[in-house]
Amino acid sequence: MIDFIGDLVNFYLIPGLVLGSIYALGAIGLTMTFGILRFANFAHGETMTLGAYFAWTLVQLTGWHPIAVLPIAMGLTVLVVLGIDRGFYKPFRASPTIMLVIASFGMMLMVRSVVQFIWGVQMKAMVPGIQMPVVLFDWLRISPKHMMIIASVLVLMFAVHYLLTYTKIGKAMRAMSDSPELARLTGINTEAVIRATWIIGAALAAAAGVLLAVDTHVETMMGFKLLLPVFAATILGGIGRPYGAVAGGLVIGMAEELSSYPWIGTEPLLNPGYKAGVAFAIMVAMLIWRPSGLFRGKVY
Amino acid sequence: MPTLELRDVVGGYGDTQILHGVSITVDAGEIVVVIGPNGAGKSTAIKAVFGLLNLTGGQVLLDGEDITNTPPEKVARKGVCYVPQTANIFPSLSVEENLEMGAFVREDDFTPRLHEIYDLFPPLKERRRQAAGTLSGGQRQMVAMGKALMLEPRILLLDEPTAGLSPKFRGEIFSIVKTVHAAGTPILMVEQNAKQALKIADRGYVLVDGRNKFTGTGRELLEDRQIAAMFLGGPTNGAKDKAGDGAA
Repeated sequence: MIDFIGDLVNFYLIPGLVLGSIYALGAIGLTMTFGILRFANFAHGETMTLGAYFAWTLVQLTGWHPIAVLPIAMGLTVLVVLGIDRGFYKPFRASPTIMLVIASFGMMLMVRSVVQFIWGVQMKAMVPGIQMPVVLFDWLRISPKHMMIIASVLVLMFAVHYLLTYTKIGKAMRAMSDSPELARLTGINTEAVIRATWIIGAALAAAAGVLLAVDTHVETMMGFKLLLPVFAATILGGIGRPYGAVAGGLVIGMAEELSSYPWIGTEPLLNPGYKAGVAFAIMVAMLIWRPSGLFRGKVY
Repeated sequence: MPTLELRDVVGGYGDTQILHGVSITVDAGEIVVVIGPNGAGKSTAIKAVFGLLNLTGGQVLLDGEDITNTPPEKVARKGVCYVPQTANIFPSLSVEENLEMGAFVREDDFTPRLHEIYDLFPPLKERRRQAAGTLSGGQRQMVAMGKALMLEPRILLLDEPTAGLSPKFRGEIFSIVKTVHAAGTPILMVEQNAKQALKIADRGYVLVDGRNKFTGTGRELLEDRQIAAMFLGGPTNGAKDKAGDGAA
């Protein structure tokens, strides 16, 4: 029995939790840009890639641990994203949503190409070598990197929660996500809110990229591969609902991992190769039966 | 000098012209009501003040300062507060957060004002942690007005505050409007429920087809036979023939 639980926890639940919390970080930014700027930002995945590459470079330069350079990588990513907003999205502020969506799609391709041009297409290791897991209570095996990832995500989420609940700009972000028109009539500085949204979204996306790279490796398609589950998490949680995005991310991450557990017999229920399909299936099901998501988000 | 003046305002949305020369004046300490049939441009006239439509002619003056075609966020910063007819609160924010957002442009400590608003609308104080979207229609209007009043506005613009409310709540809203006015804020209000609105109005305007049709004190308009027949659903109590008793 303890073996059974041990397997389930060590090889499915903990990886699911790690993956899910990385999705959650990505989904918070995506859901907020969706809610406040009213468009699905396809370039959000590349923001994560960019964060991972900045961190990799910083690790090479300083020799520090990736978590130590994380804040700097987040800051650099924020600067790039603010520049992109100024140059590419701001001119479209009053345009129909579809133009912004297409602009972000173009931005996704451009950022990826620039990353490939600068850093090459070869896979890179963020943390060299293999880490031995720590064993607790004789059966719980958790690797230090997973503990670090979960701890970092918790810190970032508390920071976001504090910002959204207790600061003026955070409340204004939620207000604008509720109704951009009323926010404008109320005299809320909408450009400042948009800037704050990009800053938080980009910082969290960069963190998601770095943490995924710590768990796996750095490659130029990593952000694009994250995009689908992150979109699924956003829709599952409800568009414009940051807490929904966290819940959605965790559910998608867990569901992906648990889908390959041998629930029936000894074979995996679903070939691990179909993990991405699980996120997609959840997203489609939500869009059909409950498009407002778990947390009553917006429906477009 | 009037607090707010619309002078021969002409304009509309895009190419559609709705206002063909509307003039409205609100003096300090007044409640002014704009009535008229559907599509007369009543709500549009209020939106014209708030920079929400493109004005091609005329002027909007705030205490003599020209604010024609000023964008909404700047008009708000000048101390004009506008309560739209619908979608006038942030539903997922708590009551208190809604009020705080109303004070977004204030740099000073607005806590005393917050307490004044709670004194004005006691039900809001009890529910200040509740999401505003879960309140009843009447309480939502209180939040919407309280939010606008957080700025201690120079003038409050209300777009059909009683639309869609039951008669009981309607009376409540009109008494809230009177309370707000008594606290010193001039009010420009567009209303469907013309009779009740004119009763609390200092002056009223009747708009028809984007033009001024009649103007008078609330009482004069209420007692005018023609207006009564056209907009108030038949003669009101005490409506008199104009040619008759002039000593009313």
